[in-house]
Amino acid sequence: MSLKKKISMTVNGTLVNAEVEPRRHLVDFLREDLHLKGPHLGCEQGACGACTVKVDGQIIRGCLYLAVQADGCVVETVEGLTKSGVLADLQESFMRHNAMQCGFCSSGMLLAAAELVEKQPKASREEVREWISGNYCRCTGYHSIVDAIVDVLNARAKGQKIKPVTAHA
Amino acid sequence: MNKPADLKGLVLDPVTNDQRYIGNREPRHGARRLLEGQGTYIDDIQLPRMGHVVFWRSPVAHMKINKIHTEQASKMPGVLAVVDGVQMAKICKPWVATLGHLAGMKSAPQHALAVDRACWQGEPVVAVVAETRAQAEDALQLVDVEWEELPAVISMESALDPETPLIHSELGDNLCFTRSLDVGNVDEVFASADVVAEATFGFGRHTGVTLEPRCQIADYNPGERRLTVYHSQQAPHMMQDLYCRQFGLSESDVHVICKDVGGSFGIKVHAYPDDFATVGLAMMLERPVKFVADRLESFTSDIHAREHRIKGRIAANKAGDILAFEIDDLTGIGPYSMFPRTSAIEGNQVVNLVGGPYKHQNYRAHLNVVFQNKAPTCQYRGVGHPIACAVTEGLVDLAAQKLQMDPLEFRKRNVIPDDAYPCSGISGIKLEVLSHEQCLRTIEKMMDYSALRKEQAELRKKGIYRGIGFATLIELTNPSPAFYGVGGARIASQDGASVRLDPSGVVSVLVGVGEQGQGTEGIYAQIAADAVGVSINQVRIVTGDTDVTPYGGGTWASRGAGVGGEAVLLACQALQENILKLAGAILNRPVSELSVHRSHVLDKATGEQLLPFSEIGRIGYFRTDTLPAGFSADLMVTRHYTQKDYPFIFTNGVQASYVEVDPDTGFVKLLKHWAVEDCGRVINPMLVDEQVRGAIVQGIGGALFEECLYDDSGLLRNGSMADYLVPMANEMPDIEVAHVETPTQSSKLGAKGAGEAGTAGAPGAVQNAINDALAPFNASVFEQPITSEKILRALKKI
Ligand code: FES
Ligand code: FES
Repeated sequence: MSLKKKISMTVNGTLVNAEVEPRRHLVDFLREDLHLKGPHLGCEQGACGACTVKVDGQIIRGCLYLAVQADGCVVETVEGLTKSGVLADLQESFMRHNAMQCGFCSSGMLLAAAELVEKQPKASREEVREWISGNYCRCTGYHSIVDAIVDVLNARAKGQKIKPVTAHA
Repeated sequence: MNKPADLKGLVLDPVTNDQRYIGNREPRHGARRLLEGQGTYIDDIQLPRMGHVVFWRSPVAHMKINKIHTEQASKMPGVLAVVDGVQMAKICKPWVATLGHLAGMKSAPQHALAVDRACWQGEPVVAVVAETRAQAEDALQLVDVEWEELPAVISMESALDPETPLIHSELGDNLCFTRSLDVGNVDEVFASADVVAEATFGFGRHTGVTLEPRCQIADYNPGERRLTVYHSQQAPHMMQDLYCRQFGLSESDVHVICKDVGGSFGIKVHAYPDDFATVGLAMMLERPVKFVADRLESFTSDIHAREHRIKGRIAANKAGDILAFEIDDLTGIGPYSMFPRTSAIEGNQVVNLVGGPYKHQNYRAHLNVVFQNKAPTCQYRGVGHPIACAVTEGLVDLAAQKLQMDPLEFRKRNVIPDDAYPCSGISGIKLEVLSHEQCLRTIEKMMDYSALRKEQAELRKKGIYRGIGFATLIELTNPSPAFYGVGGARIASQDGASVRLDPSGVVSVLVGVGEQGQGTEGIYAQIAADAVGVSINQVRIVTGDTDVTPYGGGTWASRGAGVGGEAVLLACQALQENILKLAGAILNRPVSELSVHRSHVLDKATGEQLLPFSEIGRIGYFRTDTLPAGFSADLMVTRHYTQKDYPFIFTNGVQASYVEVDPDTGFVKLLKHWAVEDCGRVINPMLVDEQVRGAIVQGIGGALFEECLYDDSGLLRNGSMADYLVPMANEMPDIEVAHVETPTQSSKLGAKGAGEAGTAGAPGAVQNAINDALAPFNASVFEQPITSEKILRALKKI
């Protein structure tokens, strides 16, 4: 079981060289070897979406993807996408709508939402619901998540920014 | 007191003298790190020398353990220990989960790892610890258990039959608990009533499916002889106490830390065999051990809930008055009552709550709680309420239908009127103050009821079958010691808060109730900011650490706002008094001339700013030499709160569901859901709204999709997220929420719980809506989850 393979990939902008067992999942590699906390493990069966990360610009389920498959790829997680600001308006909107409770689904939900915003900028409320139906949220009831995403779609369509949430003075 | 102009949206008078946040839609600032992937859940913690445990679990419902071979597994790479039940029992005592006030309740001793017998598929039998999880799982394949299958009790219906084998022969039968209640003249009333309706209601077992599975890290430091447990748990002090008792430690030896918890819903308020086994292993190995359930383990070993079969009937007169309810409840709880809260509570709640919103005077209930060889059941969000509500409201609709009365009118006529409180419900429950009439009026307007009925009638002509269903409900929150304390369980109903003014003027608040995503820390920040008189970004909340926070009960029975919030309010108001005392000493002026506003001490008469809090902090901590002799600057105070006026403070509310049923496919489409909830003072409407919605969606899950399915031999058939359906965004409706605020007089804050009523009401509302849609076909379904198949069967199409 200890036959290891050398891999290298860019994770959140940094080049990473590592040796991993071929059976190691990408999300385990990111979490346990690179100590990233963003992608979570909800089911390890591809059902819940909590492990969603980006590989070469596409969102994938980190629990169904082997680390060796990402050899030579660009991998981005919620941590990196937060730093680069890609998720900024979605994050503000999620804050504003309280579109998270325990937050365990949030990184996957945000990555799915970000792809929607990019690929279907005119999505209706129903289409938003449909799009995020690959991601379980057990806490919120989804309503506020849908509200938050719809707000971002509307703001972007009008060329507006989501105002950052600040404490009520 | 007048309401300040900037207190928008708040209906009630302010509770503090500088109120800006309580009552407002304040964002939870602590949530930002969760959105940035910076939360710290258990699996994010890696400790040096940490081992990983996996369990060999019983593959069948009931088995005798003959011999366990561990030699091969022990020799696998990275393996640190392979431990069986006999070895574990040497350091961890068994437990029996009963409560003194549930008269006659019994259960059998249960071990951290099964000894001699395993009683459900999924019960942990052998623990394998290795340096990595993968190594532990590799070695697990080589654990060889010689076992013999024993006859299993699967169906609760036949659990008490004389020919059914006994799960625990020493108990004499498979009955855990039984209770009967008979008030008024039930037989007479049913015999003479104008209308009697009855139905048999079925509820499938379901489970919580927290997105973060159950998990913990136990770390025993042999030098200090101190156990630290990082735990995804709702009640840290309760776990501290249990670890002490099962392992013979003292409280000072045990430290429980709960950081971010990825969903709990009652699933994480119980003590599981795996918890004790993980702690036992850490003590044996003298190194940290991590347990994270995988999803299959969650399905077979998290508590299940709500497997009930209830025969119910209702009596009413022609005028439209409900006269009586009668129920017979049978519920199956698995092989053991769950520790330490007990599995009898759910059925007991059903008995307490059926008929609860209504003013009838005759009630009979019978309850049998039986053992089975399936996963243990216990308290999951709403505990008994969804069942009681679906039964009550299903019967209420049947009676209204027979009387040809509008179901909303029928409810308006029969609920306990808003001016009748305080009073007792027919089962003996004490109701402080509720608002059924106002809630019914609110929902009628909100959903535009008459227009909806018109739309329904018109669509029906076109062959489109829509239904409207209501569920009126009561929910018990803010529990007093009457819940566990009197029964002998060491679960605190009081909670505490310590608040400190830091030298710079920042306010640190330490609270016994923790955060699981509800926004508990957010509302504590709101309360603290208002009660001390600072802005909310000057407040820091600390929870989830038994070494640090005041002793408390944690999160259960919707007590976070009502009990924890009150403790925070009392502590913060006391701190404000001490700030004023110190200011008086510094300024050499009587305290009566001073007041607090926005982080400053003011001259009460002129409003002139005299001292900023940072100056109070500076002098209070660093220049006490300048204070009068004997003056003590007490800038940290602790207050505790127990709700003692009533066994519980009841909340109430009403929900309505609008659905469309396709009579050809049996498919149900949820079109819309409305909820009116009265949780007393609303501290943050945005958080309450989403609590209500999340809870409704969990209730809808139980009503339409979720069920732990077992085969005839007691094997779980759907132990994965792909097979066990939970609601997804696409099939859920938009949910409109409105609030009525009837504060409880048992506290200053007036807050009641808000976390569970949504789950309590949704199954009844959805069931009634489906049956309303099916009414033209003279068909109805009372068997949850209401699947397409069951609908087609009711329509006699299959
Ligand atoms: S953990 Fe990958 S989809 Fe659930
Ligand atoms: S916020 Fe808890 S799972 Fe979505």
